[in-house]
Amino acid sequence: MNYYQKEIECASREELRALQDERLVKQVQHVWDNVPYYRKKMEAKGVTPEDIKGVADLHKLPFLSKADLRDAYPYGLLAVPLADCVRIQSTSGTTGKRVVAFYTQEDIDLWEDCCARAICAAGGTKEDVCQISYGYGLFTGGPGLNGGSHKVGCLTIPTSSGNTERQIMFINDLQATILCCTPSYAAFLGETMKEMGLTPQEIPLKAGIFGAEAWSEEMRKDIEQTLGIKAYDIYGLTELSGPGVAFECSAQQGMHINEDHFIPEIIDPDTEEVLPEGEQGELVFTAVTKKAFPMIRYRTRDICVLTREACSCGRTHVRMRKPKGRSDDMLIIRGVNVFPSQIETVLMNHGYAANYQIIIDRVNHTDTFEVQVEMTPEMFTDNMGEIADMQKTLVEGLRSMLGITAKVSLVAPKSITRSEGKAVRVIDKRKL
Amino acid sequence: MALNQISVFLENKPGTLSEVTGVLAQAGIDMRALSLAETKDFGIARMIAVDVEKASDVLKEAGFVNSLTCVVGAVIPNEPGGLDRVLKVFNDAHVNLEYMYAFLGGGDGQACMIFRVGKEMEQEAEAALAAHGIRVLTQEDVSGL
Repeated sequence: MNYYQKEIECASREELRALQDERLVKQVQHVWDNVPYYRKKMEAKGVTPEDIKGVADLHKLPFLSKADLRDAYPYGLLAVPLADCVRIQSTSGTTGKRVVAFYTQEDIDLWEDCCARAICAAGGTKEDVCQISYGYGLFTGGPGLNGGSHKVGCLTIPTSSGNTERQIMFINDLQATILCCTPSYAAFLGETMKEMGLTPQEIPLKAGIFGAEAWSEEMRKDIEQTLGIKAYDIYGLTELSGPGVAFECSAQQGMHINEDHFIPEIIDPDTEEVLPEGEQGELVFTAVTKKAFPMIRYRTRDICVLTREACSCGRTHVRMRKPKGRSDDMLIIRGVNVFPSQIETVLMNHGYAANYQIIIDRVNHTDTFEVQVEMTPEMFTDNMGEIADMQKTLVEGLRSMLGITAKVSLVAPKSITRSEGKAVRVIDKRKL
Repeated sequence: MALNQISVFLENKPGTLSEVTGVLAQAGIDMRALSLAETKDFGIARMIAVDVEKASDVLKEAGFVNSLTCVVGAVIPNEPGGLDRVLKVFNDAHVNLEYMYAFLGGGDGQACMIFRVGKEMEQEAEAALAAHGIRVLTQEDVSGL
């Protein structure tokens, strides 16, 4: 087994808990002393740092949400003098104001450690050539994995996203063995290389670390086949540092949360009550080592399940199941909750490519819901009836998964725009 | 014996068919017949051409999903009752038809009919036509038309 920091990654649960207790107490004091915005929240709840003796008291603390981050923009949650900060990163800002997160040098160092753990878990060593095709810049994907790759000692190729031809040239010419990017871009790179006539055996890659958007198990299989690699999931949020909050190991049975830095809880999103292990709910994180931008009980809006069962890889850190979807991604169509990842699962189960687009509109006060999928050479037949049947089967499959009826449109291949970063899956034309 | 027809998937939006004909024109493909089938969202363009393999390749390269489909061609006199005679032959031979289309050009006063027959019935269909003295169209004939 390949670990970056074996001692902590495989520490006993008791050791981990003691470390979390100690770090949490310190962090709460740090925030109380330095972040008036959060101190006020604590005071409103009647909690003081003296009430927090360890993880068992975590539930007494108030939550932070995306709304708080917007209210406190830009400096309201900063916990160190600005002079001690060395970097900002920012969210992709799909809704409302961007979130700006601050880092001290130590914060960056610990973040990069987390990414290094993910690379090692995917089998990375100093012998590897790691191509980072996540965007660099304000987006955390590129900088985070770049730092992690350096720490592991991989030869790092910082291609950033875009320029697919050049990406493929570097993968082949420099014999890249690990690819880091969004899953939709990995799928696109795979599709392009397949068209160029490259077989999985000819592609030098052996592993991929893909995250920053929801993707299905079926999409994983597809990417693994076309690129001839093992595909690992990675999870993170800019608010908590970036990628590397949790990562997948070779067991591929959920992502290990870096619990020495991030303490997870699962809550009922409506009642805000903490749920017992194994129950599905909203993931909440408390970052206990971050100094500049320390999030306490930050509500991620990601819906998932935690398990502390022993993992065959030897790591003891709690595992989170792949989030069912970020509640930000969740669509409410005709009053029904729909996650794009559910649609993707149905499409792939029916043999369609993972490239699709969901178009929602409102006509005469009723939501219209259209799923566009690309016709593939494998599925095309000269028989109109058979194509109509395929459409019908897909409509039926979507209805049984989602509970509502979608219009399925077959569009020409390559007509849905390929994305080089996060894929644009949803076009919501409703004026709500 | 049977003919190869190219079937092209068309998204139902303005300009799609002209893109297809543009690609074929560019490649110097000589078309003999074209038939369009459509639903509300998509269509299939079916074509008989001189060099079908080349047509299929250039369309594929241009991003058009297409396939080659086996069809049966018959040359019939361009006069009342011409088609009826052929259909009676098929009926007697229990050949099922999925679709058909026609074009002129089988010589003086001749029409060509293209039939898509039930699965793997092409040979029976052609044999039945030949047995009744109806000329069956070959790929070579298409080039000579």
